[in-house]
Amino acid sequence: MKELDPLVFLAVFQEMLGPLLWLMILVIIAGTAAFVALLIKERTINSRRLVLAELAGLLGGVMALVLMAKVSSSGFTDAGGPADWFLIALVFGLGLAGTAILVYTFLGWRKPLAQ
Amino acid sequence: MYKDALTGILEGGGKAMLDRRKFLMFGAAGAGALLLRPGSAQAATKIKSSARIVIAGAGAAGLAAASHLAQQLDGAKITLIDARKEHFYQPGFTLVAAGIKSSPYVVSTTREYVPGGVELVEERVVEFDPDGNKVVTESGKPYPYDFLIVATGLKLDYEAIPGMDVEQIGNNGLGSIYHSPAKAEATWRAMSNFADNGGVGVFLRPGTEMKCAGAPLKYTFITDDHLRRRGNRGKAEIIYNAHNKALFSVPIVHEKVRMLFDERGVKVNYERVLESIDIGKKLAVFKTPIGPVELQYDFINVIPPMRAPDSVRNSPLPWQEGGWAKDGWIEVDKHNLRHKRYDNVFAVGDVAGVPKGKTAASVKWQVPVAVDHLVASIAGKESAAVYNGYTSCPLITRLGQAMLIEFDYKDNLTPSFPGVIAPLEELWISWVMKTMALKPTYISMLRGRA
Repeated sequence: MKELDPLVFLAVFQEMLGPLLWLMILVIIAGTAAFVALLIKERTINSRRLVLAELAGLLGGVMALVLMAKVSSSGFTDAGGPADWFLIALVFGLGLAGTAILVYTFLGWRKPLAQ
Repeated sequence: MYKDALTGILEGGGKAMLDRRKFLMFGAAGAGALLLRPGSAQAATKIKSSARIVIAGAGAAGLAAASHLAQQLDGAKITLIDARKEHFYQPGFTLVAAGIKSSPYVVSTTREYVPGGVELVEERVVEFDPDGNKVVTESGKPYPYDFLIVATGLKLDYEAIPGMDVEQIGNNGLGSIYHSPAKAEATWRAMSNFADNGGVGVFLRPGTEMKCAGAPLKYTFITDDHLRRRGNRGKAEIIYNAHNKALFSVPIVHEKVRMLFDERGVKVNYERVLESIDIGKKLAVFKTPIGPVELQYDFINVIPPMRAPDSVRNSPLPWQEGGWAKDGWIEVDKHNLRHKRYDNVFAVGDVAGVPKGKTAASVKWQVPVAVDHLVASIAGKESAAVYNGYTSCPLITRLGQAMLIEFDYKDNLTPSFPGVIAPLEELWISWVMKTMALKPTYISMLRGRA
């Protein structure tokens, strides 16, 4: 890997996930758009909903790590250095943030705030 | 398996959000955008040519070369010649023999990677005639060419080890990962049995050039780890036999592996090459500077001498003198893979007579350089592309950890992620790359997209 080309990354992820890649990108884009739309509509952040979403996010982070360990045939004692802790934090963080945003958005659109 | 898991999660969580048609449209638009960028860039530079290009061998190097040529040339007649219908993802053999993956993980078909416009001839090349600019297949049919890319790979010369019987791999403590996906799996059974019972494990590498010189080391580490996980390390002795005075050709890596072997209690013998084997008596005989030395084993991972295929060795293509002449590696310039005596011939992959790696990573960086020089010749230009010997080896040091070692002709370490992924550190992230990212990268390479 002498030079890192974003297109190569895309090709690799496409090979890794197949059509699931597009599904994931769709979920990310649609979820973010729905989240932003919700914020614009409500012009506030509902703290009760946020706490619920964050709790779900914790679970999402753990799920992301479990999935990662499963697909990479790894155990939980394999971290060997700072790069590993960084990767673990990244995977957990992405799972947490993704789940929290999706759950917050889902709750928000399903049960709008009383005006 | 993970695809299923992901599908489950996504379907469970987000099904209601998905309008299938929108998804398909988005997918198509995304794919379109993806194809547009490299496609349009190449469409502008695609060179019209009626050149006849023959590629002998449709393994990793041959397929990658075909994809790159098909992307860059318009109208050229590209012919891939290889009798084997199956395609093997060879970097995965170690994982199969480690019990991490099963053999279907490494088997697919050649045909699925053959790019459009390229003809696949399912035969073996038996004769190279670079003076007459043609190759001949086993049916006797000649294929004349304007340019030839030799990517035949190499020959695993099990016959050069008296007493060796590949049919017995998997039985009686006899392992050999390289032979085939099925034998890699059989080797796992033999090794797993050894990890249950202990005894003497004998590891080695051949005295010739070889594919992935890290693999014999990896398998030693993996066996050690399986023994430890089952609480049987104390019942086992592990002996690694190096063919010369080093464990790895890059000195700094040699030192690191020497330290790790020392730490794990792996005994190392230098300057020992397997000479013969008695499968019934579980006895291996090694050639050493002090004469033949016998080693009794309970498990052995036999790695045979590796040489150019006979059709190449019997042709004018190999080096005529020096260390590579004997085994028939093709005489090419190490920086552009062009033949030193035949201008219109290139060799890529394992069969190329260049120092260092015979690995998929070498292929990945050799092929674009060789193709660039070939296409430049067609266009009547000079290519400035240079291959510096870059190769990489995710050296597994235990299940769940590896060292991502990358280096070049000069024995320099050339880390892709300096400061983040330390090359000589045992890391999980390097293992994750090996188990998750390497195969998709490899497949993208076959398709000419990476």
